[in-house]
Amino acid sequence: MSDLSMSQQEFLAKEKLHKRQVRICRAMLLVLLLALWELCTRLRMIDSFIFSSPTRIWDCFLNMAGDGSIFRHIGVTLCETLVSFGIVVAVGVAAAVALWGSRSLSEILEPYLVMLNSLPKSALAPLLIVWMGNRMQTIIVAAVSVAVFGSILTLHTGFTQTDPDKIRLIKSLGGTKKDVLMKVLIPSSVPLIISNMKVNVGLCLVGVIIGEFLSAKAGLGYLIIYASQVFKMDMLVMSIALLCILSTALYQAIAVLEKRFLRN
Amino acid sequence: MEIKLEAEDLCYSYHTLEGETKALSHISFDVRDGEFFAVVGPSGCGKSTLLSLLCGLIEPEEGRIFIDGKARQDSGAVIGYMLQRDHLFEWRSILSNVSLGLEIQNRLDHKAREELGKMLDTYGLSQFQDAKPGQLSGGMRQRAALIRTLALKPDILLLDEPFSALDYQTRLEVCDDISTIIRTQKKTAILITHDLSEAISVADRVLVLSSRPAKVRHVMEISFAPEFDRPLARRNAPEFSAYFNELWKTLKTEG
Repeated sequence: MSDLSMSQQEFLAKEKLHKRQVRICRAMLLVLLLALWELCTRLRMIDSFIFSSPTRIWDCFLNMAGDGSIFRHIGVTLCETLVSFGIVVAVGVAAAVALWGSRSLSEILEPYLVMLNSLPKSALAPLLIVWMGNRMQTIIVAAVSVAVFGSILTLHTGFTQTDPDKIRLIKSLGGTKKDVLMKVLIPSSVPLIISNMKVNVGLCLVGVIIGEFLSAKAGLGYLIIYASQVFKMDMLVMSIALLCILSTALYQAIAVLEKRFLRN
Repeated sequence: MEIKLEAEDLCYSYHTLEGETKALSHISFDVRDGEFFAVVGPSGCGKSTLLSLLCGLIEPEEGRIFIDGKARQDSGAVIGYMLQRDHLFEWRSILSNVSLGLEIQNRLDHKAREELGKMLDTYGLSQFQDAKPGQLSGGMRQRAALIRTLALKPDILLLDEPFSALDYQTRLEVCDDISTIIRTQKKTAILITHDLSEAISVADRVLVLSSRPAKVRHVMEISFAPEFDRPLARRNAPEFSAYFNELWKTLKTEG
């Protein structure tokens, strides 16, 4: 530390102070909002039956954690999200590679992909239930349909923007299209694929919740619909809070993956 | 001296929906064995198209290319191609970058690895073999790109403005460095450049192309006294400016 100049030390101290201030303000904001909410319900400024309250939500959580039922619901939603996410990544990369490999195929399929991508996928969910029944597979297919078309389009666009000179290099070294794919396209697209995964994990969660709204026996989406029908607002708001935590955790998990992959 | 490569009446056009662009028109020349041959011409005249033809990335619409007296496809000659930028892959180490060509051609055996190690050693890159390209200077990157090309033991080297992406000072040094390596290996090399002094400082002969569609305007023999053997030394030779003026005039007088 001693070999740092005064001005550099000052700069570092200032940065450290700034970071700490941000962290404190973030925590304060949450605490303040929760306290305000609690206070308003305690003072009967708003009806805690309709708006619930932090302590009621916490009690509800403890209650459901006691018999383990909440963990089953979280587990079901998480499992459906991860399975559909895995399918989206695999199908997305495979289809984008196929489209990149064949100009004719990509030109033939392009309008259909654009249409399917812009179609509101919630419109498909009732159809899927009739076709596939009230099962977990239905929810996974619904979630996949939300994310997969956009993923194919994004990855394909990225693939077609590969530096043509790098492709020339591989060809001049005697490489085939397969070498271009394995040595240039896939490795240079790792950052794109990971950033696309970040988007997809959120979209898959959206799809899973849409699916669970319509057909499910368990899961956070099911819990939200069930709670609204029997008017258990504590349970409803708790489910939403858990969804917040779940979606952040999934996003962060991929951010960690990104850091590990892109560092070396 | 023996003829290594012969281009006969090459023509090539680019086709788009908007129309046809003639890039090369009836180009003929020959390159001797072990010669350093430079091609100059105004930018956009089709110099890179010529290299793509010689390398076999595209086929000529008319005309033929012979290597060692045989048609290019049947000659079995290995042609090394150095592009404008080094295109070292950031996700590979230097060692794995220079072995890319061997890897693609499934020739990366124990012996090839040993030879690569020796080349890295000779060209001062052995302590960087596990480094990523981003950690190397522009000159060292260009050396690595040269090793990647030389590793395939090419009969002919094609250099497509390989120094143009470097800043001026590095450019002079790297040009000196790379062309000296090529000369000591006695490789036949064809260098494409728009920089006249670069062409004069490295080449045995310089081919001047006209603007698009490119035709052969002139082939100029260049010889310097033996004490001016390196490119940087040639630039100080008394004949240098005479050659430069002659090339400049040839380029300018075209219609």
